[in-house]
Amino acid sequence: MNPSATHISHGPEQGRGVIGFVKRWLYTTNHKDIGTLYLLIALLNFFIAGGMALLIRAELFQPGHRFLDPNTYNQMTTMHGLIMLFGVIMPAFTGMANWQIPMMIGAPDMALPRLNNWSFWLLPFAFLLLMSTMFHAGGGPNFGWTMYAPLSTKFAPPSTDFMIFSVHMMGISSIMGSINIIATILNLRAPGMTMMKMPMFCWSWLVTAFLLIAIMPVLAGAVTMMLADRHFGTSFFEAAGGGDPILFQHIFWFFGHPEVYVLVLPAFGVISEVIPAFSRKHLFGYNFMVYATLCIAILSFIVWAHHMFTTGIPLGAELFFMYATMLISVPTGIKVFNWVSTMFRGSMTFETPMLFAISFVFMFTFGGLTGLMLSLVPADYQYQDTYFVVAHFHYVLVPGVVFALMAGTYYWLPKWTGHMYNEVMGKWHFWLSTISVNVLFFPMHFLGLAGMPRRIPDYALQFTNFNVITSIGAFIFGISQLLFAWNIIKTIRGGKKVDGQVWEGARGLEWTLSSPPPYHSFSVPPVIN
Amino acid sequence: MLKKCLLIKILLIIFCSVFINASFANNWRLNMFKGVTPLSHEMYNLHMIAMLICAIIGFVVFAIMIYSIIHHRKSKGYKAASFHDNTRLEIVWTVIPFLILLGLAFPATRSLIKLENTDNSDVTIKIVGSQWKWEYYYLNEGVHFYSNLATPYRQIQNKIPKGNHYLLSVDKALVVPTNQKIRFLVTSSDVIHSWWVPRLGVKRDAIPGFMHEAWATIEKPGIYRGQCTELCGVGHGYMPIVVRAVPEEEYKKWIKKQLDEQQQWELKQINLNAQTNLTRKQLMALGKKKYLQICSYCHREDGMGLPPMYPALKGSSVAVGYPIDRHISMILHGVPGSAMQAYGDMLSNEEIAAVVTYERNAWENNTNDIVQPVDIAQTRVASKHEPKLVHKSKWGGLR
Repeated sequence: MNPSATHISHGPEQGRGVIGFVKRWLYTTNHKDIGTLYLLIALLNFFIAGGMALLIRAELFQPGHRFLDPNTYNQMTTMHGLIMLFGVIMPAFTGMANWQIPMMIGAPDMALPRLNNWSFWLLPFAFLLLMSTMFHAGGGPNFGWTMYAPLSTKFAPPSTDFMIFSVHMMGISSIMGSINIIATILNLRAPGMTMMKMPMFCWSWLVTAFLLIAIMPVLAGAVTMMLADRHFGTSFFEAAGGGDPILFQHIFWFFGHPEVYVLVLPAFGVISEVIPAFSRKHLFGYNFMVYATLCIAILSFIVWAHHMFTTGIPLGAELFFMYATMLISVPTGIKVFNWVSTMFRGSMTFETPMLFAISFVFMFTFGGLTGLMLSLVPADYQYQDTYFVVAHFHYVLVPGVVFALMAGTYYWLPKWTGHMYNEVMGKWHFWLSTISVNVLFFPMHFLGLAGMPRRIPDYALQFTNFNVITSIGAFIFGISQLLFAWNIIKTIRGGKKVDGQVWEGARGLEWTLSSPPPYHSFSVPPVIN
Repeated sequence: MLKKCLLIKILLIIFCSVFINASFANNWRLNMFKGVTPLSHEMYNLHMIAMLICAIIGFVVFAIMIYSIIHHRKSKGYKAASFHDNTRLEIVWTVIPFLILLGLAFPATRSLIKLENTDNSDVTIKIVGSQWKWEYYYLNEGVHFYSNLATPYRQIQNKIPKGNHYLLSVDKALVVPTNQKIRFLVTSSDVIHSWWVPRLGVKRDAIPGFMHEAWATIEKPGIYRGQCTELCGVGHGYMPIVVRAVPEEEYKKWIKKQLDEQQQWELKQINLNAQTNLTRKQLMALGKKKYLQICSYCHREDGMGLPPMYPALKGSSVAVGYPIDRHISMILHGVPGSAMQAYGDMLSNEEIAAVVTYERNAWENNTNDIVQPVDIAQTRVASKHEPKLVHKSKWGGLR
């Protein structure tokens, strides 16, 4: 039986006119609609926060005061970080999870559709609130996305309270989204889809969801303590009242380090789907991939103080956190080796998703290796808070996580829309991005080693050359993302029709459905061999 | 094929020569500083070992990947193998990285233990970061001074060409002896800063209310520059550090000179008869200079501030209102509970008089008030309270 034929009538219901349109999207509880909304808000935010990054790079193109005064500059770095993490990467992966997980495990929809609707619709308001702070008296938050107290408490502008509230909303949204994903994966798997048969993407999201539920309340607690310090006379983070500014950093990074894996694990999941498909070979070492994911998740809770080696934590703590951090590179290494072995002796083709995935493996590994260097405390004293760190985490997050997002988008977009994207434009996008992203971030290593601190709006003359190169790379990278947006819009609106099995080597339940898939993916559980 | 090899060779030669040249030129500096202290050497060595190991791992992984990308492609008619599991291999690439990490952990641990050992120091210097300058106390010698950015405001604004050590020069450098163990006690008076001089291998976060140690033994006389490395507000990019390492005799002479000058300076500030009078023009010129250097981070060049955190001075009750004493003492003593610091120890009477005069006459604050150094001295003397001793026994234990 062709599942799509029997359910074609259950399409989205849309009334007439603007009100009908608004109702359709505002009231929707369908996992595909909500997934689309998540992905679109992520794309929009990507260009907003990317624009901020370009303003930063424009200011740093030459030494001296150019376009942004230092306060605006600090607001830009803060907003860029907050929006890129909470507004781009997290919603984009949640969007992918919404689209893919029900299809991958053979379910009709997410387990908790109304919760799903709410967890999305909190986000636009959270970001409006956050971005509105830039127009408040005294300016927006200007203390970096890490919001270190007391700069973010006693010395912060009044709009900080709005940021705190917006972080609360994002946190609630993430927690609800995670509950939904866990409930879906644990309860709605088709008969025969055992845990160890699940696609890696579902596994990595399951682990990510647990991480999110564990850490978002911690962040909420940290910002609430900030709020209390600001307005209710408490002194959690003020030594004068018996508190400790470092307490904030401990709490923040207890959230912040697992957060890094919240961003990275779904990317691992996407890459573990894309590489086998285009290598025409099963994922190598599936079991070890699952164990490594679990291992990374557990270790991520005991490494937080490696962000604070220079704060004067005691020697014993420095040693413990150094060893624990070094240990994390073992499971991460397993992942990389397994991807390489999947490609080894495969029958590879190089469509855009595969190109992005290969690029991911190269550059994520590179970012991981600098991460290993950063874990060595004595060397970290020279790296901490310099452009070396900026280079490291941007390598992990941009050619790492963002490239995985792009690989995933190109991989599944034909499935979602029923149209093939423009392969030539996709390849242009890939090559421009890969080259420019290295022009952009590679020289930052040199800047950091030569002594340029991060988050400074102006720099000494000897840093000029590499800053010029970096800024040029940034603008090429930024502009080439327009190709990505253009390609997506074109594909949504039309293009060559594709059948269910879009890619020759792709395996998994989602490819047994038509493209685009029926509105309620699997009303009849599929049979799994 | 031969042509290809030649091309690669030429590219390699160009790359190598660029790399070698570049590593010598200051403007194209690629690598970490080897530094001038034992700790910075260890950091450098550890960095080089780690980089080498990472390069080897990267090379192996990338080589296998590139090999399969070139050979195992469908367009070459390569048929996919069907293997997808090998427990022995998985164990191998779990154990080997683990052993490599052990190899790295040993030297790192050894260096770290040295790094944290501040015993038997010869000189102790307390470093206090505040928005946006450094304050140094030589605890045993009694010398105390502030170190401010010396780069002129007009260079930052691109109005005049940028000089040597743009943003990395200070009005008064930290002077330390060579070949002696210097212990730094780092703290802050407002937000978190971080005191970093790359060539000394010292980076310590300055945390308000807490004091943390670091140390350095400088082997070579010279001038070493660094910057604040923890975001500390709008002036974060403008609080450099300059350390001048000199031989011991020179250091001792310098200390003695500082003590004399310091004492004289302090006495002069409260001596009403020692004050000179300045003309309005002189006051306005000096005032503008100091205002741009110190006050303009918060109160802005146009006096509009960033309310409500940093109030405007243009038309403010303090800057145009009376008594002028209120204006002066806010600069002398700061405003407790706000970001306004006390500048009494940092600025001389002339400078404060100039700033006050400037603020009362700039940006249409046309009060026509002229404040002279003697007015500042008077405010200083008047606000000097000796702490009262309370003998509890006299009050029968009650207060």
